Amino acid sequence: MQLIQLIIDGVASGCIYGLVALGFVLIYKATETINFAQGDILMLGAFVAFSLIGVLGLNYILGFVLTVMIIAVFGFFLDAVVVRQIIGQPAFATVMLTIGLGFIFRGFASIYWGTDIFSFSTPFSGKITEVGGLIISYVNISIIVGTTLLMGILFAFFSFTKIGVAMRASSENQLAAYYMGIPVKFIFSLIWSISAGVAAIAGVLLAPITLVDTSISLIGLKAFAAAVLGGFGSIPGAIVGGIIIGIVEQLCGTYENYLFEGIREISAYLVLILTLIIYPRGLFSDKAEVKKV
Amino acid sequence: MSLFKVENISIAFGGVKALNNVSFEVNEGEVFTIIGPNGAGKSTLFNVISRIYQPNEGKIYFEGNDISKVAPHKISSLGIARTFQNLELFENATVLQNLLLGRHIFKKTNFLNEMFHTPKVRKGEMEHRLKVEEIIDFLDLQHYRDTLINGLPYGVRKNVELARALCTSPKILLLDEPSSGLTNEETNDLGFWIKDIQSILKITIIMIEHDMSFVNKVSDRILALNYGEILASGLPSEIKEDAGVKAAYMGE
Amino acid sequence: MRFIFKTNYAQDINMARHGGDRFWYGCLILLMLAMPLLIDDFYLGEISYICILAIAGIGLMILTGYTGLASLGHAAFLGVGAYTQAFLLTHGVPFYLSIPIVIVVSFLVGAAIGIPILRLTGMYLAIATLALCFIAEHVFIRWEHFTGGNRGMPVPQPEMLGLSFYDSATFYYFCLFFLIASMLVAINILRSPTGRAFVAIRDSEIAAQSLGVNLGIYKALSFAISGAFTGLAGALLAHYIGYLAPDIFNIFLSLTLLLLIVVGGMGSLHGTIFGAIFVGFLPQLIAICRDYLPSYIGSQPGLEPMLFGLILVLFILYEPLGIYGRWMKIKLFFELFPTYKKQTFKKQKVFTKTDRV
Repeated sequence: MQLIQLIIDGVASGCIYGLVALGFVLIYKATETINFAQGDILMLGAFVAFSLIGVLGLNYILGFVLTVMIIAVFGFFLDAVVVRQIIGQPAFATVMLTIGLGFIFRGFASIYWGTDIFSFSTPFSGKITEVGGLIISYVNISIIVGTTLLMGILFAFFSFTKIGVAMRASSENQLAAYYMGIPVKFIFSLIWSISAGVAAIAGVLLAPITLVDTSISLIGLKAFAAAVLGGFGSIPGAIVGGIIIGIVEQLCGTYENYLFEGIREISAYLVLILTLIIYPRGLFSDKAEVKKV
Repeated sequence: MSLFKVENISIAFGGVKALNNVSFEVNEGEVFTIIGPNGAGKSTLFNVISRIYQPNEGKIYFEGNDISKVAPHKISSLGIARTFQNLELFENATVLQNLLLGRHIFKKTNFLNEMFHTPKVRKGEMEHRLKVEEIIDFLDLQHYRDTLINGLPYGVRKNVELARALCTSPKILLLDEPSSGLTNEETNDLGFWIKDIQSILKITIIMIEHDMSFVNKVSDRILALNYGEILASGLPSEIKEDAGVKAAYMGE
Repeated sequence: MRFIFKTNYAQDINMARHGGDRFWYGCLILLMLAMPLLIDDFYLGEISYICILAIAGIGLMILTGYTGLASLGHAAFLGVGAYTQAFLLTHGVPFYLSIPIVIVVSFLVGAAIGIPILRLTGMYLAIATLALCFIAEHVFIRWEHFTGGNRGMPVPQPEMLGLSFYDSATFYYFCLFFLIASMLVAINILRSPTGRAFVAIRDSEIAAQSLGVNLGIYKALSFAISGAFTGLAGALLAHYIGYLAPDIFNIFLSLTLLLLIVVGGMGSLHGTIFGAIFVGFLPQLIAICRDYLPSYIGSQPGLEPMLFGLILVLFILYEPLGIYGRWMKIKLFFELFPTYKKQTFKKQKVFTKTDRV
């Protein structure tokens, strides 16, 4: 019973990792760059939601939607104004650029919102339900349901809408997509915007659990583990990877005494490194590795 | 006995057969050209020979030894050097440094004595330079010796890549489309150089090429590939008349 | 513009390209030697710190700037060096023995980390080293026997031949000595076949391999050499700080080192010095900025990471060659005046690999 309880908690936090990882994967698939600032965008999302809901006193749903829209627009312009400039430069440049951006966001957040820990009330805060002896908090339910819904929406978007299909095409082959008349640059900015939006959703869903401060941007690093485990090119892989990481973390935390002290905090990183060493293609890699010469 | 032999090579990428049962022999001292339309598997064949790709089946023999299990970085020390279709130069290094890398397999020092720049290291460096300067003279690169690759025109870059391959003192030189992107004049020069490499440096050449007039001028024998299979092989005059080759190029 | 007429291959191999070089570098070393006479203890400490940063920068520059392998976890090497040094000195190992041991240990740690993650390239390597940095920080916290855990660990200051590290001039001379020695070793490695192989791996792995460079061995070697330099810097850093705590060797320190090489100029050893000076004086710079900004912003702790990020972003966007690159441009401008063309340094745009299968 305790195990199932742990797994439920793990799945909930894993969904958050998965959502952030999803952002990595979308951007990586499209532009072959990794956005190291993804976690910081999540943090911005949480702070914006705090401002709207906690300070301005907006209705939760309205605040949620507004937050996602604000961050999505922000993500769009982040690509259009800054990141686009260095497309085509070595991978290292993008890594450094996005790390730098992450620092700017974190610095900005701590200047604008301060370094205190904030919280705001949500319809889910503090409520629990009991199902067959299991205690499940509403917050966890909201995360799991929210993730599932979002996955469905994204799936429909990429499969059935014209712009979603154009995005997939641009990810497969930029040049061909460009020749077909797809505005590739615009599409890429849009992908950044979606990634940012997804991160914002994760941030708002997460806010009731961890509360809001600048340190939640570290979630981005754990999400790397999820993305790598999932194969870094696969959208379902990111979510499944996230859930596995979430569960592993819970288990390591509970059975810490049998392993070694402090393993919980580094379990995600251990999984990451082991995956990279043993099976670098991850669980769900859809691409056969062919070296281009 | 042939210097180099490819035996029944097959390789597939995700179900697509890039090469199917390809065999041929190259004799010492000849210029052996592989032709074929785009996607015929020519570059794949080179990548199999230089061990970047592992063939699904088949063997490669060089000087009578099976080299199909040799590690990719050991190929050059056996005496097989290559150039690349899309130029793989060390962009942020000078021409001289690029060529010196061609001497990498002859280095006798390790990083421990290099750390202190011992006389042995210095002597080695001098020897490498001697050979490199020979090649620089051979291919008329004196003018560009200390220029970064970044700033060089395309024709010169191709030349540098050829020079770098020559610096490894190879027995066989694999040239992947050496004339692509060159002006007529540069292609002419290349023709002379290839002849010189063959006659003066005594290096056997296997070449992938599209420019048929150039091919006919320098090749001793030609192999035509299409869809990963051998279409024809023989003397340039024979290939010119081959019905299958004509069909593949003209589209029936 | 100076034209050098080469009459001997040795002129390409030698460290100094011409007499002018020898003169100016000689002057620089004299100035550095005279430094304790010219400035007070506080600034001497700052310059010692810059020397330490520069040594670590050399380490990261060899790995990232020359071999093209990005590491976001170099603080771990600093930590390994620092803790090893402190541990050895605490257990009575003399300084002249402990330093070589530190170098060897960090070399081995570098190789041990390098070998398993060799197969990773680009982004994956960056992510893996980032994770390693966190794991290392954790090991420093939990391995109490060796590191003193969260309580921290005092670093004994060695005294020998009547010299003490408590004296800032002595410490400065030690740092300067190790910096010059590191610089010479780095130059020697980079002008030899090993260094060229590193550059080859950076610019084209496939061509490097076809020329006989064993990618695995050279990448591991680069990691190990880089680790050794950074470990040495860590040992000196231990003396500079005086008291080790695990949270010193965090991700921020790793990124500071990366900032150092980006700002200084990727792929140049000059750049490590420029970068170290910049990073070393950054806190002062920020302090000055604070004074000029309105107090509600100036007093915020978030200002430092923000400026840090801003500098990084601006350099990546507008001067990817760093201070050294800018210096070269300025030099060339005056040498070629009035014929200098902006296009000389124009980057060639490379587009993303579109033909992915």
